[in-house]
Amino acid sequence: MIDYAEVGLIAGLEVHQQLLTPTKMFCRCPAGHYTDAHDGAVLRHMRPTLSELGEYDGCALMEFKTRKNIIYLLHEENVCTYEMDDTPPFLVNQEAVNIAIEQCLMLGCDIVDEVHIARKQYLDGSIPTGFQRTAIVGVNGRLPFRGRELTITQVSVEEDSCREVSDKGHLIVWRTDRLGMPLIETVTGADLRTPDEVEEAILLIGRVCRSTRHVRTGLGASRQDVNVSVRGGRRVEIKGVPKAGWAPRLVHGEAVRQVNLLKLRDDLLARGFTEASSIGVASADVTDVFATSELSFLRQEKWERWIKEQGRRPGFELGAGPFCVRAVRLRGLAGTLSWPTQPEQTFASELAGRVRVIAGLDQRPIMLQSEKWPDYRGAIQELRKVRARLHCESADAVVVIWGPEEDTVTAANEVRLRYIDAIRGIPNETRQPFPDGTTDFERILPGPDRMYPDTDSPPTRVTRERVEHLRAGLPEPPWVREERYAGAGVALPVIHYLIRRGGADMVDRLVRETGADLKKTCFLFGEKLVYLRRAGVPVDAIPFERWAELSRLLTEIPLLREAWELIVRRVAATPAGSVSDVVAGQGLGLEPSGWRTRIPGIVERAESRAYSSDRDRIFRIALGDAMGALRGRVPAAEVGAELRRALEERS
Amino acid sequence: MQDEMKGYRGLARAKLEEHGVKVWSEVRAVNDAGSVFEGVILPRSETLDDEHIVIKMRNGYNVGIHIRRVASITSLGYKEAIYKIPEREFPVRPNLPKVTLLGTGGTIASRLDYRTGAVIPAFTPGELYGAVPELADICNLTTKKLFGVFSENMAKEQYVALARAIGDEIEAGADGIVIGHGTDTMGHTAAILSFMVQQSPVPIVLVGSQRSSDRPSSDAALNLIHAARFAAFGDIAEVMICMFGPTSDRYGLLHRGTRCRKMHSSYRSTFRSIGDIPLAIVSRESFNYLHKDYTRRDRSRRVKVDPAYDDRVTILYYYPGMRADLVEALVEKRYRGIVIAGTGLGHVNKPLYPALKRAIESGVHVVMTVQTLWGYAQMYVYDTGRDLMDLGIVPLDNMLPETALMKLSWVLGHTDDHEEVMRIMRDPIAHEITAREPHNGYLIMQGGLPETEEYIATHWK
Repeated sequence: MIDYAEVGLIAGLEVHQQLLTPTKMFCRCPAGHYTDAHDGAVLRHMRPTLSELGEYDGCALMEFKTRKNIIYLLHEENVCTYEMDDTPPFLVNQEAVNIAIEQCLMLGCDIVDEVHIARKQYLDGSIPTGFQRTAIVGVNGRLPFRGRELTITQVSVEEDSCREVSDKGHLIVWRTDRLGMPLIETVTGADLRTPDEVEEAILLIGRVCRSTRHVRTGLGASRQDVNVSVRGGRRVEIKGVPKAGWAPRLVHGEAVRQVNLLKLRDDLLARGFTEASSIGVASADVTDVFATSELSFLRQEKWERWIKEQGRRPGFELGAGPFCVRAVRLRGLAGTLSWPTQPEQTFASELAGRVRVIAGLDQRPIMLQSEKWPDYRGAIQELRKVRARLHCESADAVVVIWGPEEDTVTAANEVRLRYIDAIRGIPNETRQPFPDGTTDFERILPGPDRMYPDTDSPPTRVTRERVEHLRAGLPEPPWVREERYAGAGVALPVIHYLIRRGGADMVDRLVRETGADLKKTCFLFGEKLVYLRRAGVPVDAIPFERWAELSRLLTEIPLLREAWELIVRRVAATPAGSVSDVVAGQGLGLEPSGWRTRIPGIVERAESRAYSSDRDRIFRIALGDAMGALRGRVPAAEVGAELRRALEERS
Repeated sequence: MQDEMKGYRGLARAKLEEHGVKVWSEVRAVNDAGSVFEGVILPRSETLDDEHIVIKMRNGYNVGIHIRRVASITSLGYKEAIYKIPEREFPVRPNLPKVTLLGTGGTIASRLDYRTGAVIPAFTPGELYGAVPELADICNLTTKKLFGVFSENMAKEQYVALARAIGDEIEAGADGIVIGHGTDTMGHTAAILSFMVQQSPVPIVLVGSQRSSDRPSSDAALNLIHAARFAAFGDIAEVMICMFGPTSDRYGLLHRGTRCRKMHSSYRSTFRSIGDIPLAIVSRESFNYLHKDYTRRDRSRRVKVDPAYDDRVTILYYYPGMRADLVEALVEKRYRGIVIAGTGLGHVNKPLYPALKRAIESGVHVVMTVQTLWGYAQMYVYDTGRDLMDLGIVPLDNMLPETALMKLSWVLGHTDDHEEVMRIMRDPIAHEITAREPHNGYLIMQGGLPETEEYIATHWK
């Protein structure tokens, strides 16, 4: 375990939340209409461009090195020529801007006076233009958090990106249905200090966003990036964390990784690796060494079969040059490959990540290394041959990569570059999260150089009148609601559920308009209905008017509360007619004449089924039987009393 | 003298002056809500209001702050941003062909203009090389910037200068010419150059881009690579346009300068050969010649530059109910040539006849093309067409209206003799009229049809 305060853990969030608009942000295509098929495709490539300050962005250059072929899958129902980047943007969707302003106000932000659309470069192909259109709407916000404040640095409105379909070698395939849907990105300050706080902050922001009901919910509708660093480290972005619950392990894992990488840096510096030129990396083609190896993936014919099975085509998935096994000598770097980084991982994983992403060499296990050489017949001899070929000394380490020749050269160079990063500490990276709490390299973290103005879109002026008009229609902030519900005695998980899933609005309206009891209504919507919904009862289709009538009936005839489930099931099953008709149709609220006379018989049958003389057990069975016909017609307490009386009499 | 308040006027300008800051100042601005904006003051588009100050924040985003909400602006420094591609000297490789890239402006050579917020043509062709280093593996490139204009501003003066420059470069030994040009009127320029520059011994390739080169997804680099490769190694010594074939990054098409048209306002694959198939497919690796009938590269041929031009020529795009006074106005304004883009096989309505007759009698040269673009003006088919020919209107077969405009302008730069004008107009110089339309020429696929859907589902668009 590590002490987070001692290592100086700092974390912040970028929470992405899709907005609920019928159409996309810069064109008139429907938003939220996903398709798994396509009826057209486009092939493209990306080239880095200069920022307006005349500099190339590091991330952009890296993406260019990977030389990706990019395919976009199109479906006529959800994309037009805008998404294909064959038509300039239409004017920005003002409904999306309005919802973004609402969100900003909920997050306590100051709204900017003029919204300027910028282009944020993404060369991974996730957006066909090569940039995301994005604009700051709010700044300087704060949320109450654990008795202090969570600062909201900025909120921007932007277009969503494509969904990845596959990524093989030099070909990445994207689906365009999601592309262009409006979303907001909420950036918090680096205010979070423990992994648990990160989870809590994600949930808090989620509740704030959802409380307006103008955002999308469901799979992929909200995603978050978690930024982590430790003292002496650098910001690393864990991208696309799908669930808040993943955050604690990921943040912990990253903290550990950075602490370990800083120790590695110190070790390297102590060993005299102080500058880039001190990293001596030489590589050689050792394909022949493995020509008959038991490691079949290092044999050309096996590799060619794999390529065929994978359907990898020259010029698309496949890189240039003949098959090559390349060994890389790492001069004086013995011991660094097995240097622990994340839980269960070593520095070799850092190298493998770069090799996979940048060189496009993605055949598992991606890389072999001298400090964890696999065990097989001939292993020692083959490794010895490799070391001899590279003129290795005992202090040298070796890694082996394989694939198309050009890619192996790129890979060898990436290994060198990663070591240079290691003597500087923690590289600014975007990392991909896994459920076990580990992460893998995704790309170099882009900097501000990738931002430049979108010359296709004029700025949007946001007047104070517009802001105040939107503010007037806002729901109460979730923490105020939380306090109010808690004051009425509602449990916190129920409150959060109601806010997250939207039941809170219905609860408040019922309380306001029908005088229903807050706590009881919360219980109904936050707990009881959850179970019915899971059982497939279409409770969400019941309109407010019928809930209101039900609420009034329950207040008038408290007896009906005992039959709430039956009533809700019937109401859900009969969309027409009033709730009182449903109640009357079931004979509810009317005491059946002569029910007391049937009690002794019920008790007798219960005794015979109990196979026990335990009076409580017999009572429970009898009560269950009796209530089947009497629920909602006679109070359970009254039925119970009658049963007890009958039991007494029989003993 | 550069304006230090670029784009700011009125209230916003006064606000900046009040706080002693200017465009490109690094500032810390605080507004009435206590929000802090740290960054650089950007120039403002002159078309926008005078109530906002635009700051590029440290994280790269731009925001506009209303001047009434400004509480304070503190200057932190000054750093003028210069947006330019590093200019690099082109490496010389003696074994590679010599290609001259002539710059005229347009999207292929563009950058951002913070004054208007628009894309303006400003890269020198030399900077282009900085952006597309692959060019060095193709040829020895000489670059000359002739002018920097939007393509809609190309006109007589530019056409003449461009034709002369091409001739000079060829005389000086260029193995091929590439012309960077805005796409909007690239077809017009290709047409006029087809008449002004004849018997070229080498390829003359016009190229542009539909997505400006400041975007990662730009088609500029690939178009330039295709054009340079063909200029260096291609075998067709004619005036051509080289632009994307499909919208995917796959290959370019070479279109004949007189037979080509921009057909979509924004698609990459906007240029199409009309009335014919394209000349060739150009990829990074190879050329695939689609046409057999072309003029081959031949260094021994002497180029003939003939930059005559009279701009008193217009296109009359006929529509039902067109009034005769339009024709009369043209005559009155001393137009010397009228290209009619007629309906169907080359028709206009009867009420126009007297005006057209008077125009021709007063010496105006009137020719007929078809607004269908595809197909021939065949005025002998219907009485109406025969009547028009009797008036003296000369059909130009399948010459494109814009090509006819350019050719008539060029011809009228030489002679005013009606018979001579019409003889030259009907005598093809650069395939502007072709005797046969290939059956696979006219192919406009209709989306939705099963066979089209099958095609686009299995081929990259």
